[in-house]
Amino acid sequence: MTVRVQSDDFDAGVEMARLRAGNPRIGAVVSFIGTVRDLNDGQGVSTLTLEHYPGMTERSLADICDQARARWDLEDLLVIHRYGEFRPMDQIVLVVTTSAHRGEAFLACEFIMDYLKTQAPFWKKESTAQGERWVQARNTDDEAAQRWSR
Amino acid sequence: MMITVLFFASLRESVGTGREQIHLPEGVTTAGHLRAYLRSRGAAWDSALGEGRALRVAVNQVMADESALLSPGAEVAFFPPVTGG
Repeated sequence: MTVRVQSDDFDAGVEMARLRAGNPRIGAVVSFIGTVRDLNDGQGVSTLTLEHYPGMTERSLADICDQARARWDLEDLLVIHRYGEFRPMDQIVLVVTTSAHRGEAFLACEFIMDYLKTQAPFWKKESTAQGERWVQARNTDDEAAQRWSR
Repeated sequence: MMITVLFFASLRESVGTGREQIHLPEGVTTAGHLRAYLRSRGAAWDSALGEGRALRVAVNQVMADESALLSPGAEVAFFPPVTGG
């Protein structure tokens, strides 16, 4: 299990190859990449700043990964989340899950993203033509996370 | 007792600081008490930490609620709902 919080970019191909290297039990590799959109709530976004809570960030991501491993039969998993200044199309987050069969890997990947969106201490600030604004949390993200506890 | 208080994102901007050491007065023993104590510092604090604000609190880097007890040296963070991913 790997959790990294970094300002540097990542190469999903390299990370996926590394995660499954030497493990013939793996039959499924699922990945999710979150990227910066140029439009949010109807306004053009020129730059996005991601702030985080060093220490708690790593801890909460590790906790989310532990929950996923307890719930599904995974071979391995990886979360990389970036912080700092971004522009549209930049990569923000990578989640990779591996398992013997695809079902477990798909579910775990979505679970990790849903929990990350509501539990991991990151905050986004957008710069638009109208000025800077903090991104507001969405109810739909809470609902997405809650469905896993039903 | 001394504790460390952290503020993040819009809350950090509203109160004008990201981190400070605070000597807690007698009777301030929970995260909720701390929030009320900080609100008493003035209008900006009262507004930023007011009841109507959706705020989260973490004690020693774990999500908590306002009943969480504070111990000496605790790290208490207040912040708006998270928006990563």
